[in-house]
Amino acid sequence: MASVDTNQPDRSPVEVTDDLFRWKERDKEAAETVSRPSLSYWKDAWQRLRKNKLAMGGLIFLIFLTLMAIFGPIISPHDVNEQDLPNQYQPPSAEHWFGTDSAGRDVFTRTWYGARISLFVGLMAALIDVGIGIIYGGISGYKGGRTDSSMMRIVEILYGLPYLLIVILLLVVLGPSLATIIIALSVTGWVGMARIVRGQVLQIKNYEFVLASQSFGAKTFRIIRKNLLPNTMGPIIVSLTLTVPSAIFAEAFLSFIGLGIQAPHASWGVMTNDALGAILSGDWWVLFAPAFFISVTMFAFNVLGDGLQDALDPKLRK
Amino acid sequence: MLRYILKRLLIMLVTLWIIVTLTFVLMVSIPGSPFNSERATNEAVQANLEAHYNLDEPYHIQYMLYLKSIVTFDFGPSIKQPNQTVNDLLGRGFPVSFELGMVSIIFAVISGIVLGILAALKHNGMIDYLAMTFAVLGISIPNFVLATMLIQQLAVNVEIFPVATWDSPAHMILPVIALGTTPMAIIARLTRSTMLEVLTQDYIKMARAKGLSPWKIIVKHALRNALMPVVTIMGTLLAGILTGTFVIEEIFAIPGMGQYFVESINQRDYPVIMGTTVFYSAFLIVMLFLVDIAYGILDPRIKMNSKGGD
Repeated sequence: MASVDTNQPDRSPVEVTDDLFRWKERDKEAAETVSRPSLSYWKDAWQRLRKNKLAMGGLIFLIFLTLMAIFGPIISPHDVNEQDLPNQYQPPSAEHWFGTDSAGRDVFTRTWYGARISLFVGLMAALIDVGIGIIYGGISGYKGGRTDSSMMRIVEILYGLPYLLIVILLLVVLGPSLATIIIALSVTGWVGMARIVRGQVLQIKNYEFVLASQSFGAKTFRIIRKNLLPNTMGPIIVSLTLTVPSAIFAEAFLSFIGLGIQAPHASWGVMTNDALGAILSGDWWVLFAPAFFISVTMFAFNVLGDGLQDALDPKLRK
Repeated sequence: MLRYILKRLLIMLVTLWIIVTLTFVLMVSIPGSPFNSERATNEAVQANLEAHYNLDEPYHIQYMLYLKSIVTFDFGPSIKQPNQTVNDLLGRGFPVSFELGMVSIIFAVISGIVLGILAALKHNGMIDYLAMTFAVLGISIPNFVLATMLIQQLAVNVEIFPVATWDSPAHMILPVIALGTTPMAIIARLTRSTMLEVLTQDYIKMARAKGLSPWKIIVKHALRNALMPVVTIMGTLLAGILTGTFVIEEIFAIPGMGQYFVESINQRDYPVIMGTTVFYSAFLIVMLFLVDIAYGILDPRIKMNSKGGD
């Protein structure tokens, strides 16, 4: 490559002659060396996520919460529903780390038991939503035409149904339990996911690599599974992360109005409801544990979702 | 335009029909009749129920009569409260709930938009950072948790506000904050992101080049476009506020429909549950329809034909 010093300090005209140029040998070795390690999509996303302190804080908290949800009730010397009426409303102490509630139950143990319920309901409901949403949205987006528009009519109608009212109605009939809550939350919850997947598939299906698969005779399901889904994973994961906190909220909300996990079982919604009676007498710790952990858990999922959204967006790639 | 409205109207009617049918199917599928004598308080109520729901007729006749009673806005008698119909409860409770909901949504819209604009104008500055942290917190704290915390801090520890009930404007402050904070946070985030996008557009540069004052640019040029997405999520936010009134009214002992509804759930007062669900769903679906139409009218970029998906 030839090079000329263009930053001449004086503006006097210069005679351009051949001897001002010289051949630069092409360094074949240097052209082939990779200056930076090659990064797959996921590695790149992970590197960007790692720089986002808030999102990483959320991730670390969620790992901590998961571990405590598994081991918390085991390491605690008290049982979840062990009542000890003489010791009701004890402030936090060495014996009861988070104090005791109206029935003398250990708030520490109940908090982690509640974490189990919340995480389980949140993850299960979100996974079912993703599962149905991927299949429905994938078929609708890929098939297009009349199939798409009739499938989308159904989605449009379901989308108009008020989510929590339907869930309440279903739970009144099915009777509240862990399984029925998850079912009720998924009945209309998948609609949003189906819309996202469809939008993505509509965009990607016109790319050349899909045409290549088609011309090799790949079947619809193979194309959806091998070509389309891996390329829609980013938005799906983000949406999954943001669905979990809304499912956790819904479970706590339902438990709070008496349609969720039934007392004496512990759930953060049940515990907040129990705490209402204790507020007026100034026993703050009964409210503090469930209020703090439900808020921080939802906060953690929300910031992690936001962080993933930025990290997984290829447009923001540097 | 007319075609668009007709299409939305049709979808709205189908959705309403699904809700009504769903409540009917669920009602008849409750194990043991929801209206058997053990549940009813006395014989007079039992007789009223049987008369209203025509329980001795076959299902399809029952269904037609049920549809007819819904269309004529007659939701039948309550099981647990003798001599009370669901209409009585709605007539008493709904105005209170409506007031609470409306004040909350006005609070949420105004403060959310202001917060979003401030954050966008000071992009990446201190105000932006604080406002957005506040917004994520607002989205993360459930309304019933916020309500209990507010009572504890501002009504019990420091006695600034009344603990409960619904008598004076001062009584409204805590419930409105508890109910309005999450939608406010959602609006603030949305306003900020669309505002940031709009501010980079050419017509904003043009307005600046013309020498318009920053205030005029924001209000006349940027805000109008930045607020369109806020209109689209109004339906979802209304649904959130409406279901939020259930818990907020319960916590603050506000005599609205939400409180009756939660009570009826706990007492398994099926006619009240069904009636309220149908009424509230209809209310929301009609609201959603109006929001859609309003959006179509406000944004001239939307082509109002019935073809094409998103």
